Amino acid sequence: MQALTNKAQAVNRKPMTFLERLYLINIIKGMMITFSHMFKKQPTIRYPEEKREFSPVFRGLHVLNRDEEGRERCTACGLCAVACPAEAITMEAAERVEGEEGLYREEKYAAKYEINMLRCIFCGLCEDACPKDAIYLSETFAPANFTRKGFIYGKPDLLIPNPLTEASAFAEAKGVEA
Amino acid sequence: MTILALDLGFIIEKLIMIAIVVFASLGIALYTTFGERKVAAILQDRPGPSRAGPFGLLQPLADGLKLIMKEEIIPNAASKWLFILGPGLAMTASLMTCAVIPWGSAMDIFGRHVALQIADVNIGILYVFAVVSMGVYGIMIGGWASNNKFSLMSALRAASQAISYELAMGLALIALLMTTGSLSLKTIVEQQVQGNWWNVVYQPLGFLIFFITAMAECNRTPFDLPEAENELNFGYHQEYSSMKLGFYLFAEYINMIMSSAIMASMYFGGYDLPFFNEASVAPNIAALIGVGTLLIKIVLFIFLFMWIRWTIPRFRYDQLMGLGWKTLIPLALFNMLLTGAVILAKL
Repeated sequence: MQALTNKAQAVNRKPMTFLERLYLINIIKGMMITFSHMFKKQPTIRYPEEKREFSPVFRGLHVLNRDEEGRERCTACGLCAVACPAEAITMEAAERVEGEEGLYREEKYAAKYEINMLRCIFCGLCEDACPKDAIYLSETFAPANFTRKGFIYGKPDLLIPNPLTEASAFAEAKGVEA
Repeated sequence: MTILALDLGFIIEKLIMIAIVVFASLGIALYTTFGERKVAAILQDRPGPSRAGPFGLLQPLADGLKLIMKEEIIPNAASKWLFILGPGLAMTASLMTCAVIPWGSAMDIFGRHVALQIADVNIGILYVFAVVSMGVYGIMIGGWASNNKFSLMSALRAASQAISYELAMGLALIALLMTTGSLSLKTIVEQQVQGNWWNVVYQPLGFLIFFITAMAECNRTPFDLPEAENELNFGYHQEYSSMKLGFYLFAEYINMIMSSAIMASMYFGGYDLPFFNEASVAPNIAALIGVGTLLIKIVLFIFLFMWIRWTIPRFRYDQLMGLGWKTLIPLALFNMLLTGAVILAKL
């Protein structure tokens, strides 16, 4: 049969020599290889103590943003829910009443804002869709929970701490994603 | 006070020594399991157990606790008494070996001259052989009583493997005994302490055969056919749980320690520290140094066992039998003839 390429190699069917049949030399060679691995650098990352560095564009759990005066930015326009390919976001809008100006930036706000983290695919389209810079993805990644309900994150889980009253928690939550 | 013409102090001394040796063996075995995991991990570029305590040093205690807390299961179809007897027998047989191993020369404690050996039997090596072959009964009985075809297969393999390799082991030892002229382990070690060279220099081939067969006797990889997971699920201890399983696993490690101790005593000078004059320090300190030396030799042998385990894959069963019968036994016979010829020529 004509070969298609010139890469074919004949199989070596030479009988083993006496030294090869003793195996001992090859066993010692193998043992040297395993021994050399004792001095190799371990690639292990000891997880809770050490963490792998994320890329600056890492997309983790969502955060609902506040402005510099600590007011919620979200106006419950629903663009994020429309953009979401996994249909993970639901919200209910409410009108801001007299005296709530310090809480919400605009006249309309999200009374209920839920993201189902089991549905979410962390694509970041909600972040792109938001006209108010109200939602972005942080560097925290998917947590554990005991129930499926626990994965539906409401406003208390998502809102970033108030920069005026809890400055350090705000800075921590903000992370590198300024 | 004497009982049956026996010194009571002598009995107490021996009992204390038995307790020390048994508990020390168990403790070392406990940490050998840890060592096994650590060595395996380091040879494979992993950190190994590191969570329990500093450097994971409490890991074996956690493992032991876990084993004890597990449910004791005796299968309905199992032969109940034999099922319980199996692990006990395996453990007893492996612990009994330590009776004749000389752990050190002798110490003077409270005015008594205490030899650091439980019993200096003049047929020491024969005793070791007898007890080691008893260990197969533990495996055989456990495998048979489980009423599980895989356990039975594994037990059969273990028995035939042990019988095949004991032959070569015995033949390799006969060559050694021809040079030493004694079966007592104490005498063999003392000869090496006083002589210039360790026995391994006179019997390199004999040692190699003994080492390979010892590995097979301990069911260690590459000879761990009785525990071949991919063919036999788990091996002869498949139906066992809790501490009964722990006994089987433990017995394997104690076997390893004991065969390391025997190899160190017979071929590598036992408690003899090379280039060190024992007479230059107090006898008690010299004895302690001897014990430490023997322990270091044992640890080195155990490391060698583990190193080989994590390098070489398992044999196929026919290859295993072929190696035993067609290679090791003729080699051991040849070694015996050679030794005999040299001894005759020297006469």
